[in-house]
Amino acid sequence: MPEATPLTPGITSGRLSAETLSEHFDDLHEPYAPHEAAVAADRCYFCHDAPCITACPTDIDIPLFIRQIQTGTPEAAAKTILTQNILGGMCARVCPTETLCEEACVREAAEGKPVEIGRLQRYATDTLMEKGVHPFTRARSTGKSVAVVGAGPAGLACAHRLAMHGHDVVLFDARAKAGGLNEFGIAAYKSTDNFAAREVDWLLGIGGITLHLDQRLGDGLSLSELRDEYDAVFLGIGLAGVNALRASGEDKDGVSDAVSFIAELRQASDLTKLPVGRDIVVIGGGMTAVDAAVQSKLLGAQNVTIAYRRGLDQMGASKFEQDLAASKGVRIIANAQPLAVHGNGAVSEVEFEYTISDGGELTGTGETFRLKADQVFKAIGQTLDGAPDALKLDGRKIAVDEKGRTSEAKVWAGGDCASGGDDLTVTAVAEGRDAAEDIHATLTGGK
Amino acid sequence: MADLTTEFLGIKSPNPFWLASAPPTDKEYNVRRAFEAGWGGVVWKTLGSEGPPVVNVNGPRYGAIYGADRRLLGLNNIELITDRPLQTNLEEIKRVKADYPDRAIIVSLMVPCEEQAWKDILPLVEETGADGIELNFGCPHGMSERGMGAAVGQVPEYIEMVTRWCKQYYSKPVIVKLTPNITDVRKPAEAAKRGGADAVSLINTINSITSVNLDTMSPEPSIDGKGSHGGYCGPAVKPIAMSMVSEIARNPETRGLPISGIGGVTTWRDAAEFMALGCGNVQVCTAAMTYGFKVVQEMISGLSDWMDEKGHNSIQDFVGMAVPNVTDWQYLNLNYVAKAKIDQDACIKCGRCYAACEDTSHQAISMSADRVFEVIDAECVACNLCVDVCPVEDCISMEAMKPGEVDPRTGKVVEKEYANWTTHPNNPGAVAAE
Repeated sequence: MPEATPLTPGITSGRLSAETLSEHFDDLHEPYAPHEAAVAADRCYFCHDAPCITACPTDIDIPLFIRQIQTGTPEAAAKTILTQNILGGMCARVCPTETLCEEACVREAAEGKPVEIGRLQRYATDTLMEKGVHPFTRARSTGKSVAVVGAGPAGLACAHRLAMHGHDVVLFDARAKAGGLNEFGIAAYKSTDNFAAREVDWLLGIGGITLHLDQRLGDGLSLSELRDEYDAVFLGIGLAGVNALRASGEDKDGVSDAVSFIAELRQASDLTKLPVGRDIVVIGGGMTAVDAAVQSKLLGAQNVTIAYRRGLDQMGASKFEQDLAASKGVRIIANAQPLAVHGNGAVSEVEFEYTISDGGELTGTGETFRLKADQVFKAIGQTLDGAPDALKLDGRKIAVDEKGRTSEAKVWAGGDCASGGDDLTVTAVAEGRDAAEDIHATLTGGK
Repeated sequence: MADLTTEFLGIKSPNPFWLASAPPTDKEYNVRRAFEAGWGGVVWKTLGSEGPPVVNVNGPRYGAIYGADRRLLGLNNIELITDRPLQTNLEEIKRVKADYPDRAIIVSLMVPCEEQAWKDILPLVEETGADGIELNFGCPHGMSERGMGAAVGQVPEYIEMVTRWCKQYYSKPVIVKLTPNITDVRKPAEAAKRGGADAVSLINTINSITSVNLDTMSPEPSIDGKGSHGGYCGPAVKPIAMSMVSEIARNPETRGLPISGIGGVTTWRDAAEFMALGCGNVQVCTAAMTYGFKVVQEMISGLSDWMDEKGHNSIQDFVGMAVPNVTDWQYLNLNYVAKAKIDQDACIKCGRCYAACEDTSHQAISMSADRVFEVIDAECVACNLCVDVCPVEDCISMEAMKPGEVDPRTGKVVEKEYANWTTHPNNPGAVAAE
């Protein structure tokens, strides 16, 4: 019997039984059985110059890999995927396919039901990875060495591609575990069974990559030293900072960053021991907001509300994510901006003002309301933190050109920390990969 | 509701759907279930001569070809004729016929090519009260190695000879079942007619190996590591069967000879097509073996609805209607000019028409940067490949050009008059138009 229930006031653990929690945090999308995969694959039309490929940030040859599944060669399908996207296994789980490949699928246009590309991709990559096969081998050593800072999607993709081309890679990460947002920042039901960590181990199977953990740039690790020591440096340091709420009372107990909550949840070995409030308010409108809200609900919170200051159509979270939140019982209030966090020491209420968007300008209507809250998660965006001063910025990110080159010689950057592209896992993989190709060309071509 | 009653060779059945001679009609138990399900008639699985029955293999008898979602498209088998005692079959046929007088029961026969063998068995069959016999000259495996089945069907003289014996020693209708494993199916049909056959039925199964096991290197179905060619049937063989049916239907030597159509009939539409090509009824096997006897209900309702829609009151109203439109290539109208047309509203932009045309045909479809696909009339030969590969029904159509218009491909005015190859100036053997 759980010690607490969803109705227990305050922030407490054990609101739901271990069995219920294990059900709640099981795979969001069940993996395909072989026949299901065959049936799903049969729906692909093998389009010419397929729109799904164009829509994929990593340009995976989707019709080809689906046909390879259809003909009973999922391992070949996996190689097609992984050649373009070495984190194809994770991307199959976390990509917002509904706004990428599956949105572009002609069967979406034809009947509103796209080929389930994400699940097919997972079927292929899981099949290969379950066999413990690493399908790539290293080229002959080039004698060059590259430092990759940040073992998230961009850094991992960059490191793998460099290692494949025969360079020696030293991969640094500030945390105690590699994986970046794959390991710390994605809803648990999208990466079950310790997948992120298993994928990193599998990726390192290429060889030639040395992993150094607990090494933070600016804290024992300096860009100038790395530049001196290595032939090239790639920065994939992500966005380590969190935006402030800019509402009074945000320092009260019970108010925290959604990313920290998600990371804590992902690293928790026993979800019955993870505390969560009864009345949760999540402030923000992106994937992080949805991940925090849905997981609070799944942990046993009674009332979970997402409040977003703009309209639903402007939410960073896709329609699919919004529907997912709604289906789990999360309420979404759009056009509501936080004014103040109330409470005596700990939060008890959050006060909002309704807004209207007028030609892009957001203005308060003057009408306010309060939501009961014993826990508040801020999910209003992450910011670049700890980027070396030497690097030019483009807005709030490290400025890079289309090849990932920064303003400093020998230094490349990609992923969320770099300018350009959406802040998606798949985009980070593409940027890391492409930077690796440019580093390789530079180191071997004498450019 | 249209009347589906069929009279084929004077044999009445409530509908034109008969079960072909095959495993579904091997026993009283199965045939009774078939009649209860609504089948109009059955051709009882082939009987052989009195004596020790044939034996079958004790391993897999069937192999399959699948489409999407394991939909069975083709089946092959290496089963032989009935392996039950002759007397048992005869008793069962008699009992079932007595209980179902309104259904057709035809007895399929295969005995050696000796007059005495036929003389012996025919009175026994006559005595059952069955409505007729079908001579199995088509079975392509096993029995053909023993000089029966397809071995007879491939020699027109044997067909004629045996048919004549049957007409001599049996009073009711004789149907000759033809093998497709032959170059020109008209020859055995003509032989059957000369021998006095009341009808032909076709096609029997086609020599086939459905697959090879790439681990054991044995053809499938595999019996202890070896495989033998089997007889192919099911939806995949329908086009071959319909072509053969049409050849017999329009052949001056056999025109008017009743035909029972067999080969991949799976739905009411398949049946209607066979019948439009001249078949007085159809025989079904694979569809029943795949889905069970209940499929006949869809065939009955579908054919009936279609007949109502078209205003056909009876089966005879449409049997053979398509035969006059089957012709030789040389008589096709070369002045008929069509162009593909793509309905942009229906197009889902998959680009398969473009890939097919650009890679394998006439480079007659253009593709814009935003995936708009358009036909280039100056290149389009109206081959229809784009229509065939388009996943959206009716998205691409072939539109005939009007006489007087100029074909942008050839620069020639589309002629109103019919003209074919026989009079074409490029034909060295052309005869002047009169």
